[in-house]
Amino acid sequence: MGSLKPARKKNRVIPGFGLSMGVTLSMLSLIVMIPLLSIFVVLSDVGPADLWKAISDPQAVAAYKISLLCALAAALVNAVFGTILAWIIVRYRFPGRRILDGLIELPFALPTAVAGIALTTLYADSGWIGRLFAGIGVKIAYTPVGITIALIFIGIPFVVRSIQPVLEKLDGQYEEAATMLGAGLLRTFRRVVFPEIRPALLTGFGLAFARGLGEYGSVIFIAGNIPYKTQIVPLVIMSKLEQFNYGAATSIALVMIVFSFLTLFAINFIQSRLNHAAKGAEN
Amino acid sequence: MGLKRMNGMNGFKELNGLKKRALLSLTLLVAAAPLAACGSNASTTGAAADTQGASADASKPASVEITNVSYDPTRELYEAYNKIFQTHWKEKSGQDVTIVQSHGGSGKQARSVLEGNEADVVTLALEQDVAELEKGGLIEPGWVDEFDKQSSPYTSTIVFLVRKGNPKGIKDWDDIVKPGVEVITPNPKTSGGARWNFLAAWAYAQEHDGSDEAKSTEFIKNLYNNVTVLDTGARGATTTFVENKQGDVLLAWENEAFLSIKEHPDDYEIVTPSISILAQPSVAVVDEIAKKRGTEEVSKEYLQYLYSDEAQKLAGDNYYRPSNPDILSQFSDTFDLDLKLVNIDDDFGGWEAATEKFFADSAIFDQIYQK
Amino acid sequence: MSDPNPIPPNPASIPQPAAAARNTARAQGRTARLVLIALGVLFILVMLVLPLITVCVYALKQGWDVFSNAITDPYAIKALQLTLLATAAAVICNTVFGLFASWTISKFHFRGKQFLTTLIDIPFAISPVIAGLVFILVFGRIGWAYDFLQAHDLKVVFAVPGVILATIFVTFPFVARELIPLMQAQGSDEEEAAALMGAGWWTIYRKITLPHIKWGLLYGIILCTARALGEFGAVSVVSGHLRGKTNTLPLHIEILFSEFQLTAAFAVSSILVAAAIIILILRNIVEFKGRKEEHEHVR
Repeated sequence: MGSLKPARKKNRVIPGFGLSMGVTLSMLSLIVMIPLLSIFVVLSDVGPADLWKAISDPQAVAAYKISLLCALAAALVNAVFGTILAWIIVRYRFPGRRILDGLIELPFALPTAVAGIALTTLYADSGWIGRLFAGIGVKIAYTPVGITIALIFIGIPFVVRSIQPVLEKLDGQYEEAATMLGAGLLRTFRRVVFPEIRPALLTGFGLAFARGLGEYGSVIFIAGNIPYKTQIVPLVIMSKLEQFNYGAATSIALVMIVFSFLTLFAINFIQSRLNHAAKGAEN
Repeated sequence: MGLKRMNGMNGFKELNGLKKRALLSLTLLVAAAPLAACGSNASTTGAAADTQGASADASKPASVEITNVSYDPTRELYEAYNKIFQTHWKEKSGQDVTIVQSHGGSGKQARSVLEGNEADVVTLALEQDVAELEKGGLIEPGWVDEFDKQSSPYTSTIVFLVRKGNPKGIKDWDDIVKPGVEVITPNPKTSGGARWNFLAAWAYAQEHDGSDEAKSTEFIKNLYNNVTVLDTGARGATTTFVENKQGDVLLAWENEAFLSIKEHPDDYEIVTPSISILAQPSVAVVDEIAKKRGTEEVSKEYLQYLYSDEAQKLAGDNYYRPSNPDILSQFSDTFDLDLKLVNIDDDFGGWEAATEKFFADSAIFDQIYQK
Repeated sequence: MSDPNPIPPNPASIPQPAAAARNTARAQGRTARLVLIALGVLFILVMLVLPLITVCVYALKQGWDVFSNAITDPYAIKALQLTLLATAAAVICNTVFGLFASWTISKFHFRGKQFLTTLIDIPFAISPVIAGLVFILVFGRIGWAYDFLQAHDLKVVFAVPGVILATIFVTFPFVARELIPLMQAQGSDEEEAAALMGAGWWTIYRKITLPHIKWGLLYGIILCTARALGEFGAVSVVSGHLRGKTNTLPLHIEILFSEFQLTAAFAVSSILVAAAIIILILRNIVEFKGRKEEHEHVR
């Protein structure tokens, strides 16, 4: 952590750096970093051969693919609908808007197991929605589509609530002006709104994606859990633990953590570049 | 510009000192908060341990508390049992006993005890789960013979739950491997209970194929290829079958199948196959914890009393097969007592061998799904 | 993404077409508004409202008595108390962290900033299963701190502190995550100006930063609360499911479910739904009042 020094290039005028950095780092290390390090402590007992064997196990590899694709699909759907939702909640006035606004957090408050059971009930081919699709021969529950639906459910608050505060800060006058000037809706959005919400959208997307990768409780009910077809990575980890195989479980967990970290890091990096570019353009 | 820079440098120096102090004091502060919470918690448990420790030699304290870590569908059984045991213990020793219950998947529960969940007794679904605790040094070897009937006061078996009227005409194991029959069973890798399902099917295959391994493997393969949803636990599988109407047949523990029938009497029926397996849940005193807390005596009696007539009847009422043959015969209306039952020790050479052969990584179960 | 309106907006030089364009744009705006609202509402209906209705339908399936028995069960009430305690701890801890972390990251320049930001996000990305496991690997019987804890007769996992720690862990980044983008969008010009005028950090924070971020802060706290109420996976691993002691409400629900008491399980879930709705109503009231005052202030 020695590298967390103030960059010399830019002078710091605002006081309080040491204190806030101190609090941030100590809380972060106590609650997140030190416990996480124990994964490496366990892994140090696992030889490289066993580590590789655990992470390259064909069932695990198939599960990586399923988890990645489903989480990606869900995050993309959430990015689109999350933006639409944030937009209509902030910009439009219509009956039921406040209720809509209020519903957004519910996926968090509902225990994931309950969400999973409720979603499965709905989307199984005897359920209200599943029945409609079963009529045209599409199966939702117990397929990767079902997994994606569960991940959309748990990820939507991330996108909406990331974008919403930024949209609220953003002055509607620019959009109005752009519209007044005759710019089309999509054009207004692309040129005026999108650059402003882009960092927040990226954050929301990244978080929904990362959360989707690790989600367990709601997915296992709707997934079907058939190896090579609908088995997600957290389930593989669980089944290793169930065999008291801590080494294999933490090895696969490590893959997940590294992957999530890289995704989030990439997003943070892009975001800061964008911020930088925006600042540069202003000056 | 120069002034600004100096300002920044000074600020930096100052901040560095501040940063150090802040880091140190905050680390302590943040560390102290949860510790304080533990401290208050520990002091109460410590006190409890003290009073219990004293009980061993001098006069007994007025009350004692034990924790029973059990598996999923035993809650009603133990809720009823704890009441009669409290009365029994009061009569026997004059002490009030409180029993804290914990329920969850059997393997998960065993793991939590291994990881430090302080149970005085465990009442789990598989002998193997208790054996893991023995390996971890929590339970002394020889626990299997500490109580009667290999420490299984009640047993169960695997039966089929089918939809009312049995539309697919399922009578026995060979009916459920036919193409077009959809089977629901939990994953034996994540559910201890599901291992019984697997082994019961294997036992049938062995009997019909004259113990030909390759043929039995083929049979199991066909069976699991008919499985459309492989839930992580028995309860999840039941929901999939009962609430979400998936599949034609659910491989279920007998006691759970009865519970489903009780809940939906008009929708399902139980089919007993020609051969099944004797599922023996295991009970044991967790010696390390009971010794530490001075609860050995009450813990032992808690498990011993499960064999009393009263407790055996309770087991029967909760759809477990009492291990006492006299009591079991009283339940002949409920259970099919003619069902041929194989058992894990005689027919599979014990859990360790069975796990190695069927459920370990790349063993027979994994091969089913390998392309 | 093709531009649907190819007319170049150049109102000063060619007023006539611009007026036409404006009208088209307005009409477009109206249609778009309808389409977007319809899409948003439909999405919410299918993805959120229907599952909620399912929960309620199940909760009341066996009548009011079963429902009220389930939610007044002493173990359910104990579980609710523990859930509220863990939630309160998580909200306080994570708000403090969020305020400091977002300030550090958005107002200062230092090396390794993106790395730090990513570390903060880590609890989101970690499977709840793993989150619980790491605490076991520290404080459990197989963990490296176990001997120390035993020597001092302390219990962390399979006791209340473990439940609280796990809840804090999974909700750790919520407030920070909500505030960082907001503060970054805000920039630090105002704070810098104040600092140059000699204001201390606390004054700057209170007078300048906080007013800008208060709605974001509110969102963060609400998200954190909601997530802490519903947290299941990580807590499930460290709790030990001791009834009346370390069972939170979501764990109680799972136990009911495993015991074939689907109706009771959904009934208890509806407590959590109700709790979430109450919080959201509170938020709306606070927000509404706050904004009204802001408007009056401006006038």
